[in-house]
Amino acid sequence: MTQLALVIDLNVCVGCHACVTSCKQWNTSGWAGPMADYNPYDADPTGTFFNRVQTFEVGTFPTTETVHFPKSCLHCEEPPCVPVCPTGASYKRPQDGIVLVDYDKCIGCKYCSWACPYGARELDDQQRVMKKCTLCIDRITDLSLPERERKPACVLACPTSARLFGDVHDPDSEVSVAIRERGGYQLMPEWGTKPANHYLPRQKTRIHIAPDELVRADNPLRREDLTTYTGEETIDDLAW
Amino acid sequence: MRDPTTCSDRDMGRVEVKETTCYMCACRCGIRVHLRDGEVRYIEGNPDHPLNQGVICAKGSSGIMKQYSPARLTQPLRRKAGAERGEAQFEPISWEQVFALLEERLGRIRSEDPKRLALFTGRDQMQALTGLFAKQFGTPNYAAHGGFCSVNMAAGLIYTIGGSFWEFGGPDLDRAKLFVMIGTAEDHHSNPLKIAISKLKRRGGRFVSINPIRTGYSAIADEWVPIKPGTDGALLLAVIHEIIKQGLYDRDFLVQYTNSAELVVDDPARDNHGLFYRFEMHVEEGCFDPENKLWWDPEIGAVGTHTPGADPRLLGSYTLDDGTPVKPAFQLLKDRVDAYTPEWAAGITGIPADTIRRLAHEMGVTARDQRIELPIQWTDCWDNEHASVTGNPVAFHAMRGLAAHSNGFHSIRALGILMTLLGTIDRPGGFRHKAPFPRPIPPCTKPPSGPEAVRPNSPLDGMPLGWPAKPEDLFVDEAGEPVRIDKAFSWEYPLAAHGLMHNVITNAWRGDPYPIDTLLLFMANMAWNSSMNTSAVRAMLTDKDSEGEYKIPFLVVCDSFASETVAFADLVLPDTSYLERHDVLSMLDRPISEFDGPVDSVRIPVLPPKGECKPFQDVLIELGSRLKLPAFVTESGARKYRDYPDFIVNFETSPGSGIGFLSGWRGKGGEKFLKGEPNPRQWEMYAANGCVFHYELPRSYQYMRNWNKGYLHWARAHGMTRYAEPITLNVYSEVLQRFRLAAEGKWPGRQPPERLRKRVATYFDPLPFYYEPLEGRLVDTQRYPLNALTQRPMAMYHSWDSQNAWLRQIHSHNYLFVNPRVGAANGFDDGDWIWVESPHGKVRCLCRFSEAVEPGTVWTWNAIGKAAGAWGLSPQADEARKGFLLNHLISEELPPCEAGTHISNSDPVTGQAAWFDVRVRVYKAAPGEPEISSPQFPPMPRVPGQERRRGRWQAYFAGRFRRK
Repeated sequence: MTQLALVIDLNVCVGCHACVTSCKQWNTSGWAGPMADYNPYDADPTGTFFNRVQTFEVGTFPTTETVHFPKSCLHCEEPPCVPVCPTGASYKRPQDGIVLVDYDKCIGCKYCSWACPYGARELDDQQRVMKKCTLCIDRITDLSLPERERKPACVLACPTSARLFGDVHDPDSEVSVAIRERGGYQLMPEWGTKPANHYLPRQKTRIHIAPDELVRADNPLRREDLTTYTGEETIDDLAW
Repeated sequence: MRDPTTCSDRDMGRVEVKETTCYMCACRCGIRVHLRDGEVRYIEGNPDHPLNQGVICAKGSSGIMKQYSPARLTQPLRRKAGAERGEAQFEPISWEQVFALLEERLGRIRSEDPKRLALFTGRDQMQALTGLFAKQFGTPNYAAHGGFCSVNMAAGLIYTIGGSFWEFGGPDLDRAKLFVMIGTAEDHHSNPLKIAISKLKRRGGRFVSINPIRTGYSAIADEWVPIKPGTDGALLLAVIHEIIKQGLYDRDFLVQYTNSAELVVDDPARDNHGLFYRFEMHVEEGCFDPENKLWWDPEIGAVGTHTPGADPRLLGSYTLDDGTPVKPAFQLLKDRVDAYTPEWAAGITGIPADTIRRLAHEMGVTARDQRIELPIQWTDCWDNEHASVTGNPVAFHAMRGLAAHSNGFHSIRALGILMTLLGTIDRPGGFRHKAPFPRPIPPCTKPPSGPEAVRPNSPLDGMPLGWPAKPEDLFVDEAGEPVRIDKAFSWEYPLAAHGLMHNVITNAWRGDPYPIDTLLLFMANMAWNSSMNTSAVRAMLTDKDSEGEYKIPFLVVCDSFASETVAFADLVLPDTSYLERHDVLSMLDRPISEFDGPVDSVRIPVLPPKGECKPFQDVLIELGSRLKLPAFVTESGARKYRDYPDFIVNFETSPGSGIGFLSGWRGKGGEKFLKGEPNPRQWEMYAANGCVFHYELPRSYQYMRNWNKGYLHWARAHGMTRYAEPITLNVYSEVLQRFRLAAEGKWPGRQPPERLRKRVATYFDPLPFYYEPLEGRLVDTQRYPLNALTQRPMAMYHSWDSQNAWLRQIHSHNYLFVNPRVGAANGFDDGDWIWVESPHGKVRCLCRFSEAVEPGTVWTWNAIGKAAGAWGLSPQADEARKGFLLNHLISEELPPCEAGTHISNSDPVTGQAAWFDVRVRVYKAAPGEPEISSPQFPPMPRVPGQERRRGRWQAYFAGRFRRK
């Protein structure tokens, strides 16, 4: 069975927010839109986003790591938001594992957002329905788009290609290979939600220089290795 | 709800897809704009574009909210009679009135004294036209924002290696194995750098970030090396010390391609001390460095450089046959860095000496032992055939962190020299040039040399901006005093290649060196985040003389949005958005070339202009035609160009030169490139090709271009350079020594005024040296112990998007980030309101603790704080109430010193604004103080033609939004 998902490479995410606004622009005018903005030009502007980047620091100076952490609906294989929905508005598509909300059935009761341990769902206060990432279902299933473009907007936008998209159940897919080889992990697996989205950890590259690698026989300083002499007296003039 | 898989987005309205070039920042990515029923539905990266390869950033994806922003200006406006500047009380007028008014006023200025018009632009990627207009008008008072941005980076590297970072060159991260990023403020440039860094990391390359702050790119560095601001030069000199000490330099590269082995006269008693010893040779006058210099070969003695078979010494001290004592330039460099030990630098930079040594070893050993060899044959300028191109895969990138200090020029010279010692210039895995660079050191363009260049009703004799190579190239009068309003190219800032926009308003207000009549600002927010000392500058704009007239009599502002500066205008010209205009990103300016060859691009309108908006380019063409500036009219005085697109197609730099603004599809049928007759269908051809022209050089011309005979001849034949002479890297800068000799009274020509002799003699050192930034030496650093820095966040980098409903949700206000140790020492906590105070002013703001900043530094996101009511925002918006502007703390002038009472707070070589030199202290706001940022300004009202404020909520859905 297919389970589509995002695999996010924290090793290259620079926190630029391209995924955040490319998602917004595609989805606000798409199947899952509009995505309202409150106080768009006033104090405390907020709005509906399907994807946000959180930035946090780990450690104390000078051994500080700054982590940029993009987060959206994880399209859990056991999504706790689905069984709690009293109207059946939240559902998981059997054919590709995408978790969606049917706005016509949603009554905005927020049970799903309470059930979601990841804080991935946002109530659109204007439309009074729950909204969240659809993996750009209206792009990835649109056969009129060229195949290259049948990907979520965030994946196409990401300048560092930190967002991989594919079927995590297909062991040969790009995403499965990345998870396997790079130590991809799920968020809070102890909750048993089996999130489909995974994250790839940071990796450090270091250089090791052995002491005998520092100075080689062909060191260019040897080509200049002459001590200046300007005609002063030497031992040759004195010793016998 | 319908099944999302059953119908296509394309069925939801009338769909059009148009290609153009982004302008949400200065990167200029290729974009595809999808329209639904005439409204922008989706902006995606153009996958066929060489710059962004299909990706798009947070700003590019938010173009919709810029297009439909309620901050947009839509009508020409005139300050109401009786209203004061700054009150934003305007009345609409017609474009015809605007042009009649400007024609009369500017025509009068031009016929009397053209320099009384000052034209300054915030964006500097349309300088080919704005500079042409200024020159044709006859005023030297023209520049873009480079002087307060990164001219130190441009000049420091161009005077050293003949190219620079960003548009003109960059790190080759496709092949680098070690990448060192030092002093970048999240910027310059954006998507291409992100693409490149992620590729480097995926290939297993090592990424070291040297920066006081760990954000953005630095976050994914393999190692973060925190450094105290303004001390990068000390670090780089210590690394050079260690590289030379260990013999980790590329000797062959230094000998063949740099002036390291060239013999310098070494006798302080002689007038030519410190200049290269040059033998008699017929030298054609030109802006290249003639090959009449000497090497010292141990077998033969003095020989001409590049004598076949010679193997010159880099070190030593020699006496020529005529008795002249000389040293190879490299020996002088070695002498210079002898005292710059890692231990010395550790005390200045805060970086342990062992770390400095380790970094030097990593650079040197990687460069030496991981050499790349590409099977590409090429021929050098001395007719040596090379079977391959080799590269030492250590790459660097640097920007404002080095540049925006008053010691930045020499820090950047040190960086250029380090890159050169490692043998990385225009080689794979190192630094690579982008066309039209490399250019001669320095490039040929020169400013005028005296006040006689400015004459009524005549074009300026010379270019408003250029690259001085000797004191005679300075733009000064008989007394050695400045001719330009910003004092660029005077003895105060001799190599001010980008001007000093940050001093224009202060100087014009003071009438120093003279008063002006009209200040024309394009896309420059000089009443807010683009000025130092913002509160004072705002007061200068409203200050009046004893007659009751404004000291700066007439202020014209062209902008797309109701910025803080618009409020001060006498005349407001509404510019279009980037989706509504023609534009060219020209080879005559700062194009978007790639390492493998020249690239330029265009914008083509996707939407009609909003209201009465008119592109600034069209305004200039119209004014140029009306004022009968020679470039814009025929000999009989008739208008030559219908509009900007017509101008772009038909303008040639001189009649029949074949060189115009665009390099693609030239020639009658579009069959030529770079040079060729005007092609009437050139715009169509750009449109049919994604709005971009990319010429990929033959592989043998892609590397070693400073000395690549084939490339240099090709570049000359295609009009990109005047000379096919080798561009020898200036480890030792004779150009600087010429100015120093003048200051010492040893130069036969021009000499500086007495008050500036010591300054010029000190800072025009032919070798880089470290000195504490100027302000730090003139203020009480015990009282103001901290450095304060700004960066722009990636979602706002190089943008002007506080009016953007989506982007402002990411950054609606800024904090002062401080290390928790600083908070603890000063008695405040995370989230407290605090005062940050410099010798020049104080600002109240919110603080945030961060472990990702070295404890001697505080910093904030720049230009997030806005004046109340500006940018279409409510006066209650976070930007005005919680956001703040650090600029209030930064003076545009230094405290009085030996060099003068009104010396710019800038680098003494280039005039680069020293934003990052400011020293501050921080303390908790008193209980009961209002919880809003300070200073506050009276709210700016909405101007006529600006949309009503939007409601409590807004839901954008393309095709339905405007119909609501």
